[in-house]
Amino acid sequence: MAKVISFLLNGERVELFADPGMLLVDALRDELKLTGTKIGCKTGGCGACTVIMNGLAVNSCLIPLGKAEGANIVTIEGLADLDKLHPVQRAFIDHGAVQCGMCTPGFIMSAKALLDNNPSPDREQIREALSGNICRCTGYVKIEEAVASAAGRMHGDKNHEGCARCGEGTQ
Amino acid sequence: MLSQDYVFPRTVESALALLKEYGGKAIIIAGGTDLVLLEARKKETSAVLVDISHIPDLCGIREEEGWIVLGANVTHSEAAFSPLIRQKALALAIASGKVGGRQIRNIATVAGNIVAGHPAGDAAVALTALGATCVIRSPDGARRELGMPEMYAGLHVSAVDCHAELLTHIRIPAQGPGEGSSYQRMEQRKALSLPMLCVGARVAMNGKKIKSARIAIAPVGPRPQRATEAEDFLAGKTASPNVFAKAAALADKHAAFRTSAVRGSSEFRHAVLPVFVVRALEEAVARAAGA
Repeated sequence: MAKVISFLLNGERVELFADPGMLLVDALRDELKLTGTKIGCKTGGCGACTVIMNGLAVNSCLIPLGKAEGANIVTIEGLADLDKLHPVQRAFIDHGAVQCGMCTPGFIMSAKALLDNNPSPDREQIREALSGNICRCTGYVKIEEAVASAAGRMHGDKNHEGCARCGEGTQ
Repeated sequence: MLSQDYVFPRTVESALALLKEYGGKAIIIAGGTDLVLLEARKKETSAVLVDISHIPDLCGIREEEGWIVLGANVTHSEAAFSPLIRQKALALAIASGKVGGRQIRNIATVAGNIVAGHPAGDAAVALTALGATCVIRSPDGARRELGMPEMYAGLHVSAVDCHAELLTHIRIPAQGPGEGSSYQRMEQRKALSLPMLCVGARVAMNGKKIKSARIAIAPVGPRPQRATEAEDFLAGKTASPNVFAKAAALADKHAAFRTSAVRGSSEFRHAVLPVFVVRALEEAVARAAGA
């Protein structure tokens, strides 16, 4: 049964009257017309649909819209500040980390989630953070380089052990 | 997609009351990464999703009288990065770090890995080696505790009926001094891949002597399998390459691999299994010694 579902999307409160069983990626693309989030496999196996929910990178193809109630969601459309690109976006362009572009929004969201939590990741941490994203063009080297170079320009030091869902500390 | 209702109870009791109220038409959702795929394939058609992720009692990892206790909402990312689990139940941290990709680990739960009943769910294999138990609660107030791999009822079926009861916590005997664990996994690529072979091991040592060992192997059937003959052989032996090799041969003797297009041939996996058992034992013993 359709119901009102409300969440924060790219910093703005949105309300949707929709079936809570609908997939978040379909709600973003078809209802909210934000088509920057891509659909690849729709089974959680490619990362093209990655968005940031409550500070963590997630596959929006595996999330029922109902789960988004009250959540803070950021999509690729929420990154650029007017005409100023986000440092990760800038780095992807500077390093030629984009070829066909299909996987790019997902990679950028995974990279942003990493750098928001860990401003100076090593190569292994970058690989781990990007492990859920597949690119069939670039071979990943330029993507890794782009993320490493973006790291230096960003700041943030959120406590990773807290629970983003219920709000309680976990340890 | 189905027309569904979606609710967020704030307590275990209210979640169980909802399951009872809907009489089998509601199902528990935690991370949802398996459930959403089952729904897409029309294998799961519940009218109501009862989301437990806002229940504070089911969040977090804590140590309690010699046990590491994980709430049902603990994700693979939380388990993989938790200092407590890395120190006192390391095999689980390694295994959870291998599930899917980062996005899946950020939302999929350790408890869900058990409930989904995958033949080689990484966390479930590690928990089998670690000797974990699961706490299950029912609307009538009943509380039962099942070990691993008894939590498996069949292929992709666990002993928990998510339409009627709730796995609330996972309890792992905390590794103390002289204990260590390890997890080994073979896959076609390092992320977003099904395991071809998994081995978890836990040992308790007295100096160089093995007091006890637990070894779990998958996928060799619908559930992770204990290598009990190898475990019995190891008890009381002094750790050495020769002893590990004999234990590995015993473990391999009882492993019935099927040839699979996805997981590799039986012959190949029989060749790899002893190597993995030796590696798992070497690592677990080294960690028990504080390495």
